[in-house]
Amino acid sequence: MKLYNPPSPLETRVVSRRFGVENSWRLDTYLATGGFEAFKKAALMTSDDIINEVKASSLRGRGGAGFPTGMKWSFVPRNTDSPKYIVVNADESEPGTCKDRLLMEHDPFQLIEGILIAAKAVGASKGWIYIRGEYRYLVDHLDSVLKEAYQRGYLGKNIAGSGFDFELYTQIGAGAYECGEESALLESLEGKRGVPRIRPPFPAVSGAFQAPTVLNNVETFCAVPEIIRQGGKWFADLGTPKNGGTRMVCLAGHVNKPGVYEVPLGMNMMYFINEIGGGMRGGKKMKALIPGGSSCPLLRADECDILMDYDSMAKAGTMLGSGGMMVMDENTDMVKVALRIMRFYKHESCGWCIPCREGTTWLQKMLARIVDGNGALRDVDLIGDLAKNMLGRTFCPLGDAAAMPTISIVEKFRPEFEAYVAKNPFASSELVQVA
Amino acid sequence: MTFSPELEARFADLLTHYPEGRHRGALIPMLMYAQDEVGAITPDLMQELAKRLGISVLQVDEVVGYYSMLHKKPQGKYHVQVCTNVACMLLGGAELYEHASQKLGVGHKQTQASGRFSLEEVECIGACSWAPAIQVNYDFHHDVTPAKLDQILEGLQ
Repeated sequence: MKLYNPPSPLETRVVSRRFGVENSWRLDTYLATGGFEAFKKAALMTSDDIINEVKASSLRGRGGAGFPTGMKWSFVPRNTDSPKYIVVNADESEPGTCKDRLLMEHDPFQLIEGILIAAKAVGASKGWIYIRGEYRYLVDHLDSVLKEAYQRGYLGKNIAGSGFDFELYTQIGAGAYECGEESALLESLEGKRGVPRIRPPFPAVSGAFQAPTVLNNVETFCAVPEIIRQGGKWFADLGTPKNGGTRMVCLAGHVNKPGVYEVPLGMNMMYFINEIGGGMRGGKKMKALIPGGSSCPLLRADECDILMDYDSMAKAGTMLGSGGMMVMDENTDMVKVALRIMRFYKHESCGWCIPCREGTTWLQKMLARIVDGNGALRDVDLIGDLAKNMLGRTFCPLGDAAAMPTISIVEKFRPEFEAYVAKNPFASSELVQVA
Repeated sequence: MTFSPELEARFADLLTHYPEGRHRGALIPMLMYAQDEVGAITPDLMQELAKRLGISVLQVDEVVGYYSMLHKKPQGKYHVQVCTNVACMLLGGAELYEHASQKLGVGHKQTQASGRFSLEEVECIGACSWAPAIQVNYDFHHDVTPAKLDQILEGLQ
């Protein structure tokens, strides 16, 4: 039994359209439902044609950063003797995110076809699907899927009679959030600690094993076959300008119908929560939400009447991120949420950059001090200051990821911090202020 | 150090996945798969993998120290991992962890004297829309309540 939630009639299902189809993960089902038509089309296209089609789709990276995919592919150098690689980021570890898991479980051949089209576009010969260690069952699942693909001629030599060769493997991780960051993932793929690399050079120039590499999220690759099959414009028109297509949103928290839903970019967020997510549990009021994984600045309920696309979210001071939306009701203790988020980042900071390693450690200590009833007002200010000073001062975005939600919670829910401090009889004591 | 023929076959296949001279890439998968068979990352295992990949034991050790799923001590036969990250926390993940801890009589990263169960409070395991979630060894359990947790654990006695 594959993990699945009842679909909503309000979804626009593109990458998830085979979810719920009997044996959706088998090659025969895939072929019977349009599978590999896109690859066969791409096999006759030039690199530029494929990349231009993806550019026309205005597909942006679905892992979190939202970088335009076609542009990323166009950065891979053409005139080089170096082998080129494809790396799939299936490390899905951003708290709140559980979509790539479903894509790999229900429709792995769609992922494979997307990878093959990317490989054809940039001339790559080999690729790895880097999967977090906790998803061990998916590694086994994909290993058997890849075996079937090799046996039936959809991987290996002369794929589907196209004359194109490509090797694809799974690579299991071993538990490290940091390895979802592209350069740390590449270090891990090379058998090392997952610490970030300084950029430039970007992976398109020097990535896996120092060769030019296309590195995208699972969902990004999964969107590619339909873009080629139905055209970039078709995909782009599903969303809003510069924010093409659909995306998977993982709805969690205090809602009636949590689940992973595919919606067009630009859907109104409150409409999504109320109509697809069934509204708040137990008739409670909504207090806040994390829109796209725990690294995104939080939104208060009154800030959520906005469109869910990259640009509208940026305008609202937050991000679409990885699609992990966690909704919180009126009884949620935001100080405890801030502490839990920071505990996570402190645990996962790889320790490479001092502002992140020390920053997350101290932020966690100060937040814990407040929750434990030993905090002073000075701590609340210091938390905001310290977090702001981490921004942009690290090799990778983990430092920012820890700072951004913290800054937003302190700014938007300051009275809750003050209420904790007010309960501390020693809050104004000199001793506390020195601590 | 010897491994089962299945594991040896897996290693042999893994080593073909990387570019010429870059088979160190196999280190983390080899550690993960070997750990499943051996039960922990032992000094012998680190030495063996270092030898096979032509790297130093220290290079293996620093990798083992970095990744949270690699452990040098054996865990219980059933390793119970309770997620308490935000999505699970909102729906009772922390209480579920406390319940598991009381039920099993062990704390974070501790193993029962019998070696049957061990417990770990883990970070997000990617089951947020089905929270709170736990993993027992590699198996996911979704929408877990304290009563459901009891049932799961009793099924493993």
